[in-house]
Amino acid sequence: MTAYKITTPISERDARKLRIGDIVYVSGTIVAMRDRAHQRALEYHKQGKPIPVKIKDAAIYHCGPLAKKKGGKWEVLAAGPTTSMRIEAFEAELIEKLGARMIIGKGGMGASTAKAMVKYGAVYCDFPGGAAVLAALAVKKIVDIKWRDLGLPDALWVLEVEDFGPLTVTIDSHGKNLRDQVMERALKKQTENLNA
Amino acid sequence: MIKSNPIKIIHPVRCDNLDLIKTIENTAVELMRLAVTRLPQDVKEALQRAYRREDSKIGRIVLKAILDNIELAEKRKSPLCQDTGLIIFYAKAGSNFGLSNDISKALTNAVKRATVEIPLRSNIVDPISRKNTGDNTGIGIPHINWECVAGDFLELTVLPKGAGSENMSALAMFKPTEGLNAIKKFVVDTVIHAGGKPCPPTIVGVGIGGSADISLALSKKALLRPINQPHREKKIAKLEQELLKAINASGIGPMGLGGRNTSLGVNIEYEYCHLASLPVGVDIQCWCARRATARIHKDGLVEMLTKKGDA
Repeated sequence: MTAYKITTPISERDARKLRIGDIVYVSGTIVAMRDRAHQRALEYHKQGKPIPVKIKDAAIYHCGPLAKKKGGKWEVLAAGPTTSMRIEAFEAELIEKLGARMIIGKGGMGASTAKAMVKYGAVYCDFPGGAAVLAALAVKKIVDIKWRDLGLPDALWVLEVEDFGPLTVTIDSHGKNLRDQVMERALKKQTENLNA
Repeated sequence: MIKSNPIKIIHPVRCDNLDLIKTIENTAVELMRLAVTRLPQDVKEALQRAYRREDSKIGRIVLKAILDNIELAEKRKSPLCQDTGLIIFYAKAGSNFGLSNDISKALTNAVKRATVEIPLRSNIVDPISRKNTGDNTGIGIPHINWECVAGDFLELTVLPKGAGSENMSALAMFKPTEGLNAIKKFVVDTVIHAGGKPCPPTIVGVGIGGSADISLALSKKALLRPINQPHREKKIAKLEQELLKAINASGIGPMGLGGRNTSLGVNIEYEYCHLASLPVGVDIQCWCARRATARIHKDGLVEMLTKKGDA
């Protein structure tokens, strides 16, 4: 368990340094996008249409912020992670085709994402679910909000953050998945209890 | 340590306003504000206790972030979580209170106002087109569960329910001969397989009996009871403790990253059922277990039954 401070863009080398159980704080730019923004990004890529933000070496945050307009400008009030598994069908492709380097969310992801992480050198980190005010305070600026036609929670938010965390690395590029280990132990224990 | 009954603070909300419907609307907005910015005392205390008892390193980091977040949200009067949920009301309407159709309209207006004034995130979409209505209302939403009671008051509870936990809900229709062991295994299995997705440490609502829909409705209603209040019947209270122990023995832990605290409580509600059925519903609530209750009297007086929690 090592603690790191990382600045975006994140190189493959930096991503490969991270191991499950490591604690990370990220500074720089993160892109908040949920399932529908993922779906659209991949559709646009397929059609050769431009995507309004750079995904290569970026930190992608599974989040639909709660924001308030103050004096004509949006201010983020709460920005905790959303359940990452809803995005499982899209993430491997976002890593492979668009070069996403760090995925931040909650609840963990599945085998296809984990496989892409090993192959292309990316990591999945957990932000504590529900700790949304803590997350919002690390957001220093809303750089841009794109694809607003999806509805604000599902839009693409470009956020400038400082020491965004604590993030826990739960899937690394070495084929390890912290949550799978926890689940395996839980199921084993349950079987033992039932047989007792 | 454990406070049994919430302190009753009797104070009129805009007592100069004699328009009862407006009072209901204003009270509903305040209930939503209270619910999404401050956790009920029983939940807060359970999370503090969980932090003290947690021995996993990552589990402690997660619980510390949760406790910090609760404090920050209170200080800044900001919603605890960006997912301010789907708004569900429980309305106990006194037989002499009246106004039921107008109450529905007042609650819908209250949700639209709360969306702007608190604010709440726009969470409600058409299920097919997925188009967001932008104001947290839509066909059937906010959902209102009505109960008729004797009296001249309206007791209103708001339960903003986040989707991360709601998506882990489960229903089982057991054969009656499968009995209690099947129920226990189903509840524990459901919580274990949900892993970190419902934002543990969770509260587990269990509904037993009735019919398919009734058992699920009971499992959600079970989430309204403070977790420091065991079920009124001893045998059920014992089952709640037994299930909680089995769930926490799994080691799923805070956010599913390992640890002793997978759930803070198990609340069971039950009703009788058909001799050929055994329905069991499970509704999981995230640690951010938001709820708030007030009683509105016919003369316009409002009692906030959920304490405006102190830090």
